[in-house]
Parts: sequence; C-alpha cells; structure tokens
Amino acid sequence: MATTPDEIEGGDVRRRDFIYIATGAFAAVGAGVVAVPFINQMNPSADVRAMATTEVDISAVEPGMAIKTIWQSKPVFVKRLTAAEIAEANSVDVKTLRDPETLAERTKPGKLEWLVTLGVCTHLGCVPLGAGQGESKGDYNGYFCPCHGSHYDTAGRIRKGPAPLNLEVPPYEFTSDTVIEIG
Amino acid sequence: MSFPWAEQYEPKSPLMKWIDSRLPLPRLVFNAVGAGYPVPRNINIWYNFGVLAGVALMIQIITGIVLAMHYSAHVSTAFNSIEHIMRDVNSGWLIRYLHMNGASFFFIVVYIHIFRGLYYGSYKAPREVVWMLGVVILLLMMATAFMGYVLPWGQMSFWGAQVITSLFSAIPLVGEPIRQWLVGGFAPDNATITRFFSLHYILPFVILGVVILKIWALHIPGSTNPTGVDVKGPQDTLPFHPYFTAKDFVSLCIYLLAFATVTFFLPNALGHPDNYIPANPLSTPAHIVPEWYLLPFYAILRAFTVDLLFIEAKLWGVIAMFSSILLLLFLPWLDTSKVRSNAYRPLYRTFFWILVVDVLVLGYVGAMPAEEPYVRIGQIATMYYFAHFLIILPIVSAIEKPLPLPNSIAEAVLAKAQKLAPQATPAPGSAVAQPAE
Amino acid sequence: MVRLIGMAIGAIFVFVLAWAALVPREAAAPDPVKLLHKEPREVSFAHSGPFGTFDRAQLQRGFAVYKQVCSACHGLYHIHFRNLEDIGFSEAEVKAIAAEYEVPAIDPNTGEAITRPAIPSDKWPRPFPNETAARAANNNAYPPDLSLIIKARKNGEAYVYSLLTGYGEEPPAGFEVPDGLNYNPYFHSVNIAMAQPLMVDQIEYADGTKATVDQMAKDVTAFLRWAAEPELERRRQAGIATLIFLAILTVLAWLSYRRVWAGVQH
Repeated sequence: MATTPDEIEGGDVRRRDFIYIATGAFAAVGAGVVAVPFINQMNPSADVRAMATTEVDISAVEPGMAIKTIWQSKPVFVKRLTAAEIAEANSVDVKTLRDPETLAERTKPGKLEWLVTLGVCTHLGCVPLGAGQGESKGDYNGYFCPCHGSHYDTAGRIRKGPAPLNLEVPPYEFTSDTVIEIG
Repeated sequence: MSFPWAEQYEPKSPLMKWIDSRLPLPRLVFNAVGAGYPVPRNINIWYNFGVLAGVALMIQIITGIVLAMHYSAHVSTAFNSIEHIMRDVNSGWLIRYLHMNGASFFFIVVYIHIFRGLYYGSYKAPREVVWMLGVVILLLMMATAFMGYVLPWGQMSFWGAQVITSLFSAIPLVGEPIRQWLVGGFAPDNATITRFFSLHYILPFVILGVVILKIWALHIPGSTNPTGVDVKGPQDTLPFHPYFTAKDFVSLCIYLLAFATVTFFLPNALGHPDNYIPANPLSTPAHIVPEWYLLPFYAILRAFTVDLLFIEAKLWGVIAMFSSILLLLFLPWLDTSKVRSNAYRPLYRTFFWILVVDVLVLGYVGAMPAEEPYVRIGQIATMYYFAHFLIILPIVSAIEKPLPLPNSIAEAVLAKAQKLAPQATPAPGSAVAQPAE
Repeated sequence: MVRLIGMAIGAIFVFVLAWAALVPREAAAPDPVKLLHKEPREVSFAHSGPFGTFDRAQLQRGFAVYKQVCSACHGLYHIHFRNLEDIGFSEAEVKAIAAEYEVPAIDPNTGEAITRPAIPSDKWPRPFPNETAARAANNNAYPPDLSLIIKARKNGEAYVYSLLTGYGEEPPAGFEVPDGLNYNPYFHSVNIAMAQPLMVDQIEYADGTKATVDQMAKDVTAFLRWAAEPELERRRQAGIATLIFLAILTVLAWLSYRRVWAGVQH
C-alpha cells in the first residue's frame, strides 16, 4: 500500500498532477493580480494627475514680455514676440538649423506672436535665461542656458551650444483670446 | 540539527548543484521548510498559526513599506497624508486598509498561537528559548502596533500616546524625565511622531530577526505535538514538504478569506471612530481606549484602584501590566509537570479554559468605561490572571495526576485511526509513510 | 526558587486586588443626560449592505443640501472639486461649480494675498480660516469637518440622520437647556450648539423631489457617506472578486491537501 504521492502511479498521477498544477497556477495568478495595485501605487496619484493641465491668463502680457508658469512641475515660458522678433525668426534659412522648424510650426495658426515653450534646456534640463526682465537673451536674442552655454533664438530654436533640439513646445490650446490651457 | 532520519539535500539539476556548492541557500530552505525537516505527523490545525503569523508579518512589512512612500510624519500633515493615501493614491485605500486590519489579524493569529503553546505545553524543556523568544516578539509587536496607531495623528493616536507614555511617569523620581525623553517634549508632539515613525519602520525588521532566531531554535527539537510525547523515530514524523506545506496552504487560504472579508467589507469595524478626527491636544475624547488587542492589558492596568503598601495605585497598575507579560518568560519554570500536553492533564486543562475565558473578560472590561460593575469584574479577572500563572499553575503541576500517555506518536495516531474506523485496521507500519523522495 | 518568588509576587498582586475590590465605593450618581440620550435610529440606503451601490441622484441631492445649508459652517476638508465627477457631474459642471467659489492665492506680481476663482483641482474652501475663527463665529462651538464625519462617529450614518431629524422634541420638565444650545436627544450631551438646520422646503431639488426634513437628512447623509468613503463601490467590487477567487483557491488547496495526505494517518 503505497502512500506517498510520488509512488502513486498510472491515471492517478495525471489527475494528481492536474490538481497540483491548477492550485499552483491559480495561486500564481492571484499573486500576480495582487502585485498590480502594489506597483500601480507608485504611479502619479489623483491629485497629481489633476494638475496635468494648467490654465494661463495671458491678457497682461505685452509684446516683448514673457511670463513663466508651471505646468506638470516644469517651467513654461509664454512669450509675446514683437514684430521685430518675428521678422528675425522668419529671416533664418530653416535648412541651416540644427533642428529645422519654422516659427509658424512652433506656434498656433494665426497666433504667431505667442511662443509657448518649456523652460527646460534640451541639453541637460537646466532652466534657460531670457524670459525674465534683464536676463541674458544669448547671442540670438532668445534664450540662453547658463549651464553649458546653449543659445536659442527668438523662436526658441537651438542655434549654438551643446543642446540638440529646440525648446520643446508643450501641447496647448487657446480656450479664449486671453487664456491658454497647457496640457 | 533535526532528526537523523531527515532527508539529505541532493541537488536535482546541475544549476542547483552549482548554486548549492557556492551558496548553500537551497540546502538551507530544504532543511528549514522543505522535505528535509521532519515534523510530528499528528500536529493539528492549531499548529498552523505559527506559519500564519509569519505571513501576517510579511503582509505588514510589505504594505507598510508602501504606505511609508506616501505618509508624511509631521503633526501638521500626518492626518492629511493618510486621507491623501485613502483618496488620491492609486489603490491607496486598499493598502492602508490591509495594513490597518492586517495588524488586528496578526494579533488574532499570535494570540491563538500563544494559547496553543499554553495548551500543549510548548514552553517546556527543551523549547524554553523558543517560548521566550516568542514573548520577546509579543512585546516588540505591542510596541510596534502602539507606535503605528499614533502615526495617523487622530484623536485616539494622540490620546493613546498621551496615556501610554504617562504610564512611565508613575515610576518614582525618574518617571517624569523618562516620559519626557520618550515623547521628546512635555506632551506628544512633532518630535513624538517622527521618532515613532522611525521606530515603527525599523521594529518589524527586528521582529523578523527574532522570528528567524525563533525558527532556528525551534528546529533543534522540532515542534511539539498534541500528545506531548517526544518524537522517537521515523514512524512519528512526516517531512514538512509536501505534507505540511499543503496543510499550511489550506489554512492560509482560510485566513486570507477572513482577512479579505473584514478588509473589504468591514474595514473600520476593528478601529475606533475617534481616530478619524484630527488630534486635538485641547479636547480629550469621552472615553480613551487602545486598539482591541491591547484591551486585556489595559484592563489589568486599570484594575488597581487603591494605594497600598506605600505604592500608589497608578504605579501598581503599571507594574502589574508589565508583569502580566513578563511573567510568561518564567512559565517554563513555574510549570513543573513532566507532562506537556493538556490533553493528559485534566485538572490543569480546566484552569486553562478558565484562563481563556478570563482573558476574554479582561478584554471586554478593557473596552468598557471605568465604572461599576466593570471595575470590580476587572479586578477579579486580573486577580485570576496572576493567580493562574503564579499560584495555581505551580501548585497544580505539583499535585496533579496526569492521564497515561501513549508510548509514541505513531501509537496515538493508530489508536485514533482505530477509533474512527475499527473495521479497516491497517497493520502498523504499513500506514506509516516513508519520507517522500 | 522561581516558583517561590512567583507565588510571593502572585500573592501580593492578589492581595492588592482583593483589597481594591473589597473597598466600598460610593454609588455612582445617575447621570440625567444618560437617561435622556437616545441611540441613533437605523436608516437604510441604496448603498447599504455588502453589495449596495450609491444612488447618484441621491448623492447629487445630498450635495445640494450640503452646499446650500451645511457649507455655511461646515467644511469638507478632504474633498476637491474634481471629486464631484464621482457623483455624476460632468467635467464642465464641476468647473462651473468650482468657479462659484473664491480660493486664496498670491498675486504673481505683487506677492500680496488675493483670491481667485477655484478650479477643479482645488480643495473645497473652508468656511472659517481656522478653529479659533470658527469658534468665535459659532458661540464657542466648533462645526466639525464633514468629509469624514460618517467614519468619525460610531454608527455614523444612523447618527447623522438621527441628529438632523432629532430636533423639535421638548426636553422633560425640569431639564434646563442652556442659552444658545438646542435640545437634541441624539447628541452625546443632548444639548447641541447647532440650531435645527433643516426645515421643510428649505431648498428646491433640481429633480423635483419634495424637500421634507427626512428626505434632506437622508440625502445629505448619503452624500456624506460618499464623502467619507469615496472608494466604497470599488472596494466592494474588489472584495467580491477577491472572495470568489479565494473560495476557489481554498477548494483547490483542500483537494491538493487531500491528495498529498491520501492514505497517511495523522
């Protein structure tokens, strides 16, 4: 009379194995499902997600001025270009740029004067100067990153220095003539 | 360690062989919870609670680490950070309720485990150190649970901390300085919450360390069993795996069913509503009670109402409360009976069940306001608690005539089988499984 | 030796306790408040019971009661405007509700404290800046936060419902209700600072439901249950799934156990 499971033979083995495998598989699936909330809890929480969009009132921004705001914990520059700055940006041959983009491609249709970019240098993530009053605007009259000397032009495009790309334009929309919603 | 007939570990695959010869971890696991650990074949379901306690500890540690990622230990933000976990963190409510109720279930399991040890005489030679390490774990658990309850900084958190730390001020001369040292101020405040958080985080790992020591100490003589008779040969044991892993897994499933029922459907039933009110040092709740698992000790604390023998009532209560746990350390020497299991000690068994009822009564009294008749009931119940361990137990174990013991575990198992199925009596030995290969 | 010392200590404890138990004590004076205090009346909702779910229309009615009546004194400290999407308001409606309120802000140019219209990610504004201000405005009573009130009171739903509908009883002859307080037998001290908050037809429900005191009390209680436990529905769903899963796993574990132990006596 064999009694230990390993000694049971024949059809019994198959049925026994089935129960063991089913139990083990079921337990493994359960453990996997339980792991989901424990991993998911590290994702942004509801209060953080609620900050995914930011509304900015731009009614007080005069041509030549810029405001800094925060969107998803990152600085955003909203700059109202002067006619001269627009002309300066458009006079450049796009093909010669490191990251070829026209000003029109970087702004909303009919809103060429509103340049909205992240204030994050595409090199190593410093905040460039040039949005605030009296800050250095760099060699190309736009933004200048003091960390490693990247120069951006009036359209926020990289012109000189180590940064590989133009300042990123975040997704945004004009909800009215004076309010933009970023995100 | 272990018995000479325990199966030896032999790596099955070349990979395991490679690992085993460099880091003998597979061997350690095999000998600790695998086929290499022989366990008395007759242990019953009450022996499953040790494993369950280990699982409960791991649940607390894992959920606790997660909660610490979102909790903020500061008087001005602690309460809000708990609500942030409950409302905004993904599945935060689940993890927090698991942790909250996990503490209660940890204590349920540990209390059953302790009473099982008391009933079957698990504290007796040669397992005294196993038992004493268990008492150390209980003390650490209570400290950890108490400090954890303070962290949400609700009304009961604050006033619980106030009351418990005030116990120390009962000590003559040095009491008040000790209390201030404990809370880091004149009353529980920011310094208290930060140190309690730090300790609440680290103590579970200390508990884990003591648990490992306890398992190590246990594996030398192995588990007791319901007969209390020593293991004599291979016919008395079965390998831990697969026999007891399968059995423990069933009890784990049932445990999780109960745990899930409370966590998902009655998550606040074991807590106190006042802890959803932010701490207010200027307003005391009508009726301060600790978490349910500390109620019996709270009842002992409050049972002492008169100054006597130059010691004031408050100090009596504090001494008695600590004594009520510390006396368990001396249990192996208070009980002199050679018979371990209460199954063969009819007289002491009666007192054992009185003790169970007594502790339940203490828990009930601890939850009640300090008024008659609860105070007097609490005093009588406390009297029995001390009399049981310090007076009745030594006397009973000296005068009691135990019932005849079976010669061996295998004999007891066979006798039981015959009683259940007298016709189909297997020949002795054939019914005895050999260790699985 | 251990036993002798133990017995001595045990004898001392028993003696002290016996003395304490035998010391005569004064009979406790009956507390008149305790005799007047009533246990809350049970109330049942769509979300009662282990499988219940919230009645969204009721939650919205309850929100209307909170907004038009309770919010004058009571805050919802842990509720954000965005949470209202949970009880069936659309994103645009939530935006509009939020815009009705002003929340503190800092002027970006001058740094002065100003206010701006609230947005969905803002918390519900508190009616009073702090506890002292709340007490000063309310005859030294502190109107508690309502976002956790159901969890912060024993038998919370029944308590809030009973309290709101428990006004109007005459205190027994000889029982003096202090000035500025109101008699309500469901309050722990039976004298409550809050005057009767709900009156018939005090508000007009958008869905045309008749605004009786009982209806409003039920609706706002349901709303506050949601405010205290917004995860309630998800929790119960997850609970049912977990229990079904564990039940099957238990059966499988039991079958495995029977297989492993087949023919082994123990």
